[in-house]
Amino acid sequence: MSVIYKKIQQIIGPLLFLKNEHNAQYGEIVKIKTSDESIRTGQIVKMNEDMIIVEVFEDTSGLSSENAEIVFTGDIFKVSISKDMFGQTFNSLGSPIDIRSKNILDSDILTDVQRDINGIPINPFAREYPIDIIQTGVSVIDGLFTLIRGQKLPIFSAQGLPHNKLAAQIATQSKVVSEEPFVIIFCGIGIIQDEAIYFLKRFQESGTLQNIISFINFADDPIIERLIIPRVALTTAEYYAFEKDMHVLVILIDMTNYAEALRELSSAKEEIPSRKGYPGYIYSDFASIYERTGKIKGKQGSITQIPILTMPNDDISHPIPDTTGYITEGQLVLSRDLHKKGIYPPFEVLASISRLMKDAIGADKTRGDHADVSSQLLAAYSSYLEVKDLISIVGEDGLNNDQKNLLKFGTDFEQKFINQKSNETRDFNQTLTIAWETLSHLNKKQLIRIHPSFINKYYKTQV
Amino acid sequence: MIRENKTKEGYISAINGSLIKIKGLEKYVRLNDLIKIPNYHILGEIIQIFSDQVIAQCFDPLTNISLNERVVSLNEPLSMELAPGILGNVFDGIQRPLEQLFQSFPTGGLERGFKFPCLSRTKKWHFIPIRKINEEINEGDIIGTVQETTDINHKIMIPPFISGILSYIAPEGDYIITDEIFTVKRYDKEQSFSMLQKWPITKSRPYNRKENPNEPLITGIRAIDLLFPIVKGGTTAIPGGFGTGKSVIQQILAKWCNADIIVYIGCGEPGNEIANIMKQFSETLVSKSHKSLLERVVFIVNTSNMPVSAREASLFSGVTIAEYFRDMGYDVAVLADSTSRWAESLREVSGLLEEMPAEEGYPAYLPSKLSSFYERAGLIRALGKDHLGNERKGSISIVGTISPPAGDFSEPVTATTKRLVQVFWALDPNLAYLKHYPAINWLNSYSNYPQFITDWWFERDIDWPEIDLDWSECRNQVNEILSKEKDLKHLIQLIGEKNLPDDQQLILFSAKMIKNGFLLQNAFDEIEAYTNYKKLLGIIKILLLIYKEGKNLIEQGLMVEDILGQDLINSILRIGQTVPNDAFERIEKIKSKLIQKLRILAL
Repeated sequence: MSVIYKKIQQIIGPLLFLKNEHNAQYGEIVKIKTSDESIRTGQIVKMNEDMIIVEVFEDTSGLSSENAEIVFTGDIFKVSISKDMFGQTFNSLGSPIDIRSKNILDSDILTDVQRDINGIPINPFAREYPIDIIQTGVSVIDGLFTLIRGQKLPIFSAQGLPHNKLAAQIATQSKVVSEEPFVIIFCGIGIIQDEAIYFLKRFQESGTLQNIISFINFADDPIIERLIIPRVALTTAEYYAFEKDMHVLVILIDMTNYAEALRELSSAKEEIPSRKGYPGYIYSDFASIYERTGKIKGKQGSITQIPILTMPNDDISHPIPDTTGYITEGQLVLSRDLHKKGIYPPFEVLASISRLMKDAIGADKTRGDHADVSSQLLAAYSSYLEVKDLISIVGEDGLNNDQKNLLKFGTDFEQKFINQKSNETRDFNQTLTIAWETLSHLNKKQLIRIHPSFINKYYKTQV
Repeated sequence: MIRENKTKEGYISAINGSLIKIKGLEKYVRLNDLIKIPNYHILGEIIQIFSDQVIAQCFDPLTNISLNERVVSLNEPLSMELAPGILGNVFDGIQRPLEQLFQSFPTGGLERGFKFPCLSRTKKWHFIPIRKINEEINEGDIIGTVQETTDINHKIMIPPFISGILSYIAPEGDYIITDEIFTVKRYDKEQSFSMLQKWPITKSRPYNRKENPNEPLITGIRAIDLLFPIVKGGTTAIPGGFGTGKSVIQQILAKWCNADIIVYIGCGEPGNEIANIMKQFSETLVSKSHKSLLERVVFIVNTSNMPVSAREASLFSGVTIAEYFRDMGYDVAVLADSTSRWAESLREVSGLLEEMPAEEGYPAYLPSKLSSFYERAGLIRALGKDHLGNERKGSISIVGTISPPAGDFSEPVTATTKRLVQVFWALDPNLAYLKHYPAINWLNSYSNYPQFITDWWFERDIDWPEIDLDWSECRNQVNEILSKEKDLKHLIQLIGEKNLPDDQQLILFSAKMIKNGFLLQNAFDEIEAYTNYKKLLGIIKILLLIYKEGKNLIEQGLMVEDILGQDLINSILRIGQTVPNDAFERIEKIKSKLIQKLRILAL
């Protein structure tokens, strides 16, 4: 079935140009065997009557027009999935690896199924609107920007901020409140080995390793693997969610590396760039990853995504965060200011939002006062920041009582509500209790966003 | 001659992304004709013709296809099927029924190459004829009706360019859409018609004449209905960065605006958003008939991960369906979310074609394509008459969102659209950051329509002797207060708020009242989501009354803010949330209270 073919005409970066002497299929996978017995994989991305263009997934260095044999497999790119994958780490081609040595391990994993890594887009009509929650145990997320099963909620970070710590915390302590099966798929895209080891250590320490499947693409791996690995991870996620009825949380870190790989490949293909050299199709390409999230009518499972990206130069209008923000259902932004104050996790709450939250919280889901409290916290915190600005003009003595209350609230909100330890899990009740403690610095009249019945029930006057 | 070559075949000679080059068809096809790869049931549209080959963009992914694969020409342009059964349906960009697809593939995937007809060929509709045999009929004449939903009466019209003698009309009864319903005889030639019409998406359907708009499209959003109104037949753009609430405004419009029919085009947007809006629609009941809102909506959905070529078609597909209902005499609102994603699909295809790009990689024909979309809006007098000889008016209002990268309004799509639309609601990330929704910036937004609808509002004015301002005077005052406030903001930064003279403090106070009590509106609150015109006038007149009386009080050396007291101010600010639309007397009560308080003082 497979056809062997020997002539490479051109090699440009990751692209091979072959003379078209074989009736290949669009999107077909080819294997490239070199004289030193190594095998690389590639995919047909363009073809016409003279030429077939193959994108090579691995490094192309060492290839020449003479030393390689091309084998057309007649098949598209599929990944092997098995129920034995839990607790292990895989590379972009789905082979198990050892993180500390970067070596590929001999695999004794039996393949259960094989799936096309590009998946099939979900029919919009088949989508079920997500309304069930995931508890991350992080107060800011659970209390203010609740994560919903089937949502994609990115974290916009920047270099030097503790997004790795946060990613590990979310991966190790997230759970669904009901007793349904819940798994984590952790996908590192272009991360350095130290980080990978850190994640592994955190997973081991927390005792949740057996619940996590990791896919790691190291910073020095070929760029095309970066483009594949999230798709491999999501294909695995789709299998567990929609065929095995599990709730899957996929953490993708760091999407900035992904986008840069996309740009590099685009420039190798000599495509016309759009903003900052990124290709014009960056939106569609991002969507082909982020949109593999959600729930399907009539199925138990769900896929939730937390893509994490670092904003180049802390710029939220950079194409990577900008494009992401347009596709995802909200965003969580990390703040350098809070980080410098020593607050972890340093969320910039006023710039963050979870758009699916409003339908998923309330009396029978989290607690009746949840919506009111979260809206009041944000409103009060925003007033607190205004008061802080005011101090620089009129001084603290020039404030009235309400404003002084806000000052106390704001400090407590940052120190007690936002701030939490990196291994501390708070459930919804604890989070809301802390929220009320901070709100109780304000007088009842200031709580205009909370229904009086909740004020009577939860408000405690500060002594 | 073309017809004879109907079965002509060609073969694929190159594949690149969604584009294929075809050899063997170049002499037989017309531009924009459909082609099909029969072995895979993949459809495509011809976009370029050369002497030795043609280029087509395909509406499905081309994975697994080899060169030399057989391609046939369908010899017709991409068209919409127009007949009973459109309403309440969910289609993709080229009118494939997504519900049907889900039923055949319950795994929920968008499988390639499915082959259902766009509209059901088995469902029977109850047809009632209103014209008789041997009557003379012309294009656009209504010859019968079908009650498609509880509220919408589907008019069966003579297709454009057809006239003659009605030589047969089916008796009242149940028919499927392809059954023969009438025949028309002209010069001894008889032509048979069913309820089904087809119309190519890139051509606008003909009408008698366009008219000036004269009625607002009431949205229930106070900031829009007072400051930046849209009209039936108007065009509007909503630009805004992510998180500024574009989609929420679109959803409110779809739910509450007073059009008869909504065509909702989800163009390159995330799937969950579409799931959300469909859920909301099915749960919202139309107050008149207690049927779900779905019955008045047509969805054209091409989510961000579906093939881009169908995304490009979706805007024109939607507006073609809208024109068909407009021709029946309905007011149709076309909501396109988002036109930026549509423009990006143009850019993607243009990039594959290796065309010379204009700004930011967009093709040079972006403005002309965009204008051919917005130009299809308007209030028109339709072709044809009904059986009583009455003419009919219909309208298409287009509201398109724009997602400018980095919220930058100078980028090509926003800049081009600005030239084509009459209303511009600039969404402001700073307002969104302050959780002020709808985040419509009152200084950058505009509407060119107020002059057309002053009369409409004047007829509905509420008559309060204490404050004698009609709708357009209210607008002017609000604009004046808000723009004065903006000037004062600079001053405050220098000298502080307390050091301003009394009249300027009154401006600040009034602006604050207008912002919090009128412009700020919670879209998710049951009472506040929709404000009818009477409540709107009530609230704004109370707020302006405070401003007016405040000016008088300053002369006596008093500040209105101190006199009213926090409780009354709060109750005024909360009218939006607390007083339902049908409880106008409660607004009047608050007004009486206010006047009482001011009167006591005057004594």
